[in-house]
Amino acid sequence: MDKIWLIIQREYLTRVRKKSFLVISLLAPLLLAGASIAIAKLNTGSGPDIVAVHDESGLRLAEHLADTEDITFVPAAPGSLAAAQQAFLKAKPKPAALLDFPASFTLDSTGGVQVLANGSLPLKRREIIRKAVNKALGELKMARSGLTQAVIDKMQARVDLAAIDLTQQGGRRNDVGTTTGIAYVLSILVYLFIFVYGVQVMRGVSEEKSSRIMEVMISSVKPFQLMMGKILGIAGVVLTQFALWLVLSWGITTVVMPLLLKADKPVAAATVTTTQTVDNQQATVDKPAVSAAAPVTDAVVAPRPGQPFSVWSALDGLPIGSIIGGFLFFFLGGYLLYSAMFAAIGSAVDDQTDAQQFMFPVTIPLILSYVVSINVIINGDPNGPLAFWLSMIPLTSPIAMVMRLPFGVPTWQLVLSGTLLIAGFVGTTWVAARIYRVGILMYGKKVTYKELSKWMFYKG
Amino acid sequence: MQNPASRPILEARDVRKHYAAHTALDGVSLAVPEQSIFGLLGPNGAGKTSLIRIITQITGADSGEILFRGEKLNASHIGQIGYLPEERGLYKKMKVGEQLLYLAQLRGLPRAEATQRIKHWLDRLELKPWAQKNVEDLSKGMQQKVQFIATVLHQPKLIILDEPFSGFDPINANLIKDEILQLRQDGATIIFSTHRMESVEELCDNIALINRARKVLDGPVSQIKNQFKTSTYEVEGQGKLLVMHPDFEVIEQKARENDHFYARIQLHAGTTPNDLLRFLIGQVQVDAFREQIPSINEIFIRRVRETMPETLLELPVS
Repeated sequence: MDKIWLIIQREYLTRVRKKSFLVISLLAPLLLAGASIAIAKLNTGSGPDIVAVHDESGLRLAEHLADTEDITFVPAAPGSLAAAQQAFLKAKPKPAALLDFPASFTLDSTGGVQVLANGSLPLKRREIIRKAVNKALGELKMARSGLTQAVIDKMQARVDLAAIDLTQQGGRRNDVGTTTGIAYVLSILVYLFIFVYGVQVMRGVSEEKSSRIMEVMISSVKPFQLMMGKILGIAGVVLTQFALWLVLSWGITTVVMPLLLKADKPVAAATVTTTQTVDNQQATVDKPAVSAAAPVTDAVVAPRPGQPFSVWSALDGLPIGSIIGGFLFFFLGGYLLYSAMFAAIGSAVDDQTDAQQFMFPVTIPLILSYVVSINVIINGDPNGPLAFWLSMIPLTSPIAMVMRLPFGVPTWQLVLSGTLLIAGFVGTTWVAARIYRVGILMYGKKVTYKELSKWMFYKG
Repeated sequence: MQNPASRPILEARDVRKHYAAHTALDGVSLAVPEQSIFGLLGPNGAGKTSLIRIITQITGADSGEILFRGEKLNASHIGQIGYLPEERGLYKKMKVGEQLLYLAQLRGLPRAEATQRIKHWLDRLELKPWAQKNVEDLSKGMQQKVQFIATVLHQPKLIILDEPFSGFDPINANLIKDEILQLRQDGATIIFSTHRMESVEELCDNIALINRARKVLDGPVSQIKNQFKTSTYEVEGQGKLLVMHPDFEVIEQKARENDHFYARIQLHAGTTPNDLLRFLIGQVQVDAFREQIPSINEIFIRRVRETMPETLLELPVS
């Protein structure tokens, strides 16, 4: 036990002391923050778009265009289209588009309407604008056909009822959006970290082999100790990295970003990206007092009509405890399971290039579980039978279960999946250790699968 | 130097090891006397490394037993054994001092004591200025010194060196040779696996020759040499040598300038060197007369040939 601790220490310290570790630990949250600020500044899509309406038809269409959640219509600068265009380009905050009704436009001849925008207007936006225009035209036509304003209002009221329904659904969809976002982010983190650090384990093993330190080492310690020491040491590195990112992201999102984005608070609220959602969510748990006092939150806690839902309030309904606990557990379980396989690969080959053929069958379940999970869980039913099985099989459960966590998973399923995962990595580690023990002393031999399977049955 | 009466520090009894396709050790028994240098010889693939890996507990034997000072070999002996494998290396990105400390701690040496000894050894092998350097910044010779230090740092009672001189330049090889002798002086026993015979004659007290998974010869070096003597004498002298005698036979004769000659003459059974000398004195002027003692290399090759008659031999030329 003493020895494995020494090995863990070495594996941990040599990696944590590397400059690249420090750089990644510091840079990643900064890049993240930078990216989200950039997105906030650039992408007005997350707030309602302002569409300037230039109307030469004399129908005063701008007044009839109803604002939606996504788009606010404002009258453009009066005058010719060219003048309106000039004003449009100079206006602040920048409108997303300029909607132009030409002088020839009448209720009966509706040709010539155009939308001008910098670059191309997203299809969805165009569709919303089109619908708003159609609706306004419909109203105008109804008025022309002799319906009194009262009748129209009455009909309108019915539409409003439907609209309330829609809004509610929209609200729920927003909620689902956050949940989905968290599911995405958590599972991609699990996927990435298992992959990146599993490969590090493999590389570490094959380095020990190619630098010929292996035999010296295993005359002092058991191969199993050497393998587990490396795997656990690197697990420590991952957890340290997580912790650093959490602290840094929390610091950046609650202290630095609000200062940078003070000018346009609502945007700031909208830009706390999903990636930070994870971190922030942890931050809220860790430091509820501080984040509540942070300027970002008060701008955000009470969602205003027309504002997108805030991540903070959206998180309220989520099983945060089980998400965090589950994430850590399933990440570690998955990491242990896969890195044991990666260690076995590293031990079996003489150099990195030979590793490719063996990496393939290991990475396939990892990639598949990510891709399939997205389709089954996020785009399908998070509690369906396929989702259930994906989150039970130890090879896929680290990703699938983490993806299901934000949607809420019954406790018995968590326990069962956790138990299976533990059994899975104990089994994998046992097999991997048997391959490892033979592989580390095997030089200059082209290894085949048949060979590997033989190694498993070698005696001491 | 060796004390034949002392009990062996290491004993192997009928050790067998089979791999899937071949037999690495087929009932090998040997005893390594305490405080001696023991040469474990054999051609490549003979089973030397397999035996060493069993002694260092990297692998286990299929059957047979290994006794360390009379006790069945177990994990508690790891700290008393130092091993320098043939395939050896170091962590390239680790500092020399840290690396030695790590390896010593893994062998069970307490940190403080290890630090002390590392200092001593780095001083002794003139590596002190390099203690804080990464291993990859060291020359190959220096790295080998570091490896040697790592092997002996925990003051093992039994030191196993597998081809210790391969890759060493002559200066470092000599340095290590002296250190090996010093270690024996200080009470350690050294098992020395090699197929380079010249270093064996210089250093070893005892040898065991392994070929094709079996021990084919062992014993004290002097005794083995005696055993393989062929009663051949080398003669240098002046005059006309003409041997027509039932008791002697000339194996080789070379004429040299100024009427000098060199000859190798074998005695037939029952003849003494004095008989030959008397015969020679009557015929020529004898300048030199000495018994031809086979080198370990010759014995090695002879023994290996004898035990491997049917195959083409790939012997190390040394």
